Amino acid sequence: MGAAPAAGVMDRLRRRFASARALLAEFYVSPYRGVVARARRDEDDLFMLFVFSELLGVPNPATYYTLELQPILLERFHEWHTRMGMEHSPLDGLRCC
Amino acid sequence: MNATFLAILGLGAMFAGYQFYSKFIAEKIYRLDPKFETPSHSMRDDVDYVPTNRVVLWGHHFTAVAGAAPIIGPAIAIIWGWVPAFLWVVLGTIFFAGVHDFGAIWASVRNRARSVGALTGDVVSHRSRTLFMIVIFLLLLMVNAVFGVAIAQEFIAMPSSVIPVWSAVAVAIVIGVLIYRMGVHIFWPTVIGTIILYAVIYLGEIVPITLPAEMFGLQAGAQWILILFLYAGIASMLPVWLLLQPRDYINGIQLFVGLGLLYGAVLLASPTIVAPAFNAAAGDLGAPPIIPLLFVTIACGAISGFHGLVGSGTTSKQLDKETDARFVGVLGSFGEGSLALVTIIAVSAGFASLADWQAMYSSFGRGGIGAFVEGGGNIVASVGVPLAFGKTLLTVMAVLFAGTTMDAGVRLQRYIIQEWGVIYNISLLQNGYVATVVAVGSCLVLAFGAGGADGSGGMIIWPLFGTTNQLLAGLTLLVISVILVRLGRPSRYTMVPMVFVMTMSFLAALHQLWSLYTTGQYLLVFLDLLIIVAAVFVMLEAASALMRERRARPVAVPITAE
Repeated sequence: MGAAPAAGVMDRLRRRFASARALLAEFYVSPYRGVVARARRDEDDLFMLFVFSELLGVPNPATYYTLELQPILLERFHEWHTRMGMEHSPLDGLRCC
Repeated sequence: MNATFLAILGLGAMFAGYQFYSKFIAEKIYRLDPKFETPSHSMRDDVDYVPTNRVVLWGHHFTAVAGAAPIIGPAIAIIWGWVPAFLWVVLGTIFFAGVHDFGAIWASVRNRARSVGALTGDVVSHRSRTLFMIVIFLLLLMVNAVFGVAIAQEFIAMPSSVIPVWSAVAVAIVIGVLIYRMGVHIFWPTVIGTIILYAVIYLGEIVPITLPAEMFGLQAGAQWILILFLYAGIASMLPVWLLLQPRDYINGIQLFVGLGLLYGAVLLASPTIVAPAFNAAAGDLGAPPIIPLLFVTIACGAISGFHGLVGSGTTSKQLDKETDARFVGVLGSFGEGSLALVTIIAVSAGFASLADWQAMYSSFGRGGIGAFVEGGGNIVASVGVPLAFGKTLLTVMAVLFAGTTMDAGVRLQRYIIQEWGVIYNISLLQNGYVATVVAVGSCLVLAFGAGGADGSGGMIIWPLFGTTNQLLAGLTLLVISVILVRLGRPSRYTMVPMVFVMTMSFLAALHQLWSLYTTGQYLLVFLDLLIIVAAVFVMLEAASALMRERRARPVAVPITAE
């Protein structure tokens, strides 16, 4: 007889706990979401520079591996040059739009 | 008088202010619209612009604006007696800070979440935007210098706080790494981190740390100041996720724990106020005239321009519904007011007798964090917490608030210097390391310049800091008033506070100019002159902008979409 209400209480407690966890996570993340995203973007830009360095005339010993990544990064490259205020791709060998 | 009564009276008044006054402002003046599409929706990018739960947002806004300043200010200003401090904190919070913080969020939300600085450029004039930058830089410079000095003083007064304070940095870094490098959920790091933070206080008592009284001709205070700024410089260069974010978070938790502990202790112990209601002897103790100095000594806790920066910088980008602005803005400032209120109680009822109180307040500027720790520690001790533990705990709390502000402040100063490097084409200043060295160096010059080689007199700049903060508040209130005039709505609810804080900060700056000149503090005289010039320009800008608006009033300028 007492099992059903007890399960209900446990359920409610679990839900409460889950929402408290979510609230706490939001409390941690939300003020710095933008800052962290920007820092991450800067890191990604640096990585992209490595991947496309041969196209810019900078010799890259890891080209054999980074070449494979170029198509994957193409979309992000487009985002990058529009963000930098260039309507079209600045690289002759790379026409993304 | 009983302190419980004072606490209930103050909190009750603030609550009534929220219920009635801010409701009136929300409905009749700012006219919040639940259907208005806020920037968090219209410009949503899930990075900066994200609709956020109003309780979470309030938590951020509150913890971002409340810190060491609402503790230091009232703890100094009590020298004039508790009644003036109490009245200014409670009435200021309701009629000044509430309207100001709320208004900054509202104005920003109605203008694509632009910051008050940018709005000043749009609404008032381009000149005033430059002015705004200068005032902010001065504010950061002073807050960093003052907090550096205040922390150094506390480290010397309470050697048991040294280990807990530096452990908090380690705890923060561990939390940052756990969350971003290991993908751990925040819940357990929070629980364990908080437990460690309080457990380490015991360790601090067993192993108190003191620096040698003199090393390389530097006294202990000066050594601490150098160490602190070295740390702040390094900390401000570290990635945000590694230190600043978890540190801010721990601080927020600390704030809630500390407020709960203090109010709980006050209610349980119900101490009696021993400080005089009005202290006629304040003048003999070297305190400046209460008018205008009270209104700049207590800036945060009554009204503070810094809140407008937070409200229009980050809060407005995350506001889900426009009607949430009242909850977040007004209750955020009331949260800070409640911290100032409990500080007033700690420094007026936390002493056994009037003689003890007078011994603490033997001269102006002697209070500060020390008095808060002493009084608060006594109150907490009367409900069973060991006195030494309670005092260390309160010291750690206040120092962590100040330390986090310093970390963030040095970082912001660096950004401003780098921006100046870009504007004026000085490539050297654009370098992050150079800009940090310039930022830290300017703070050190001020910290030592104000108090001599031992860095002990840094508290002299406290009222100057308050003056600058109020100037910023005046600028924000000006922006809100101009917008209200343009909309053809009553502007007296923001205009009267604006005229009041501008007048008080201007008079205070003039008074300080004289006293600094006669004591030969020429560096501070120069700083004060800068503030006075800025204040004059702000007032001229205010007058010209408002005159222009009054003349143009029949023509509705579409500044805000209604």
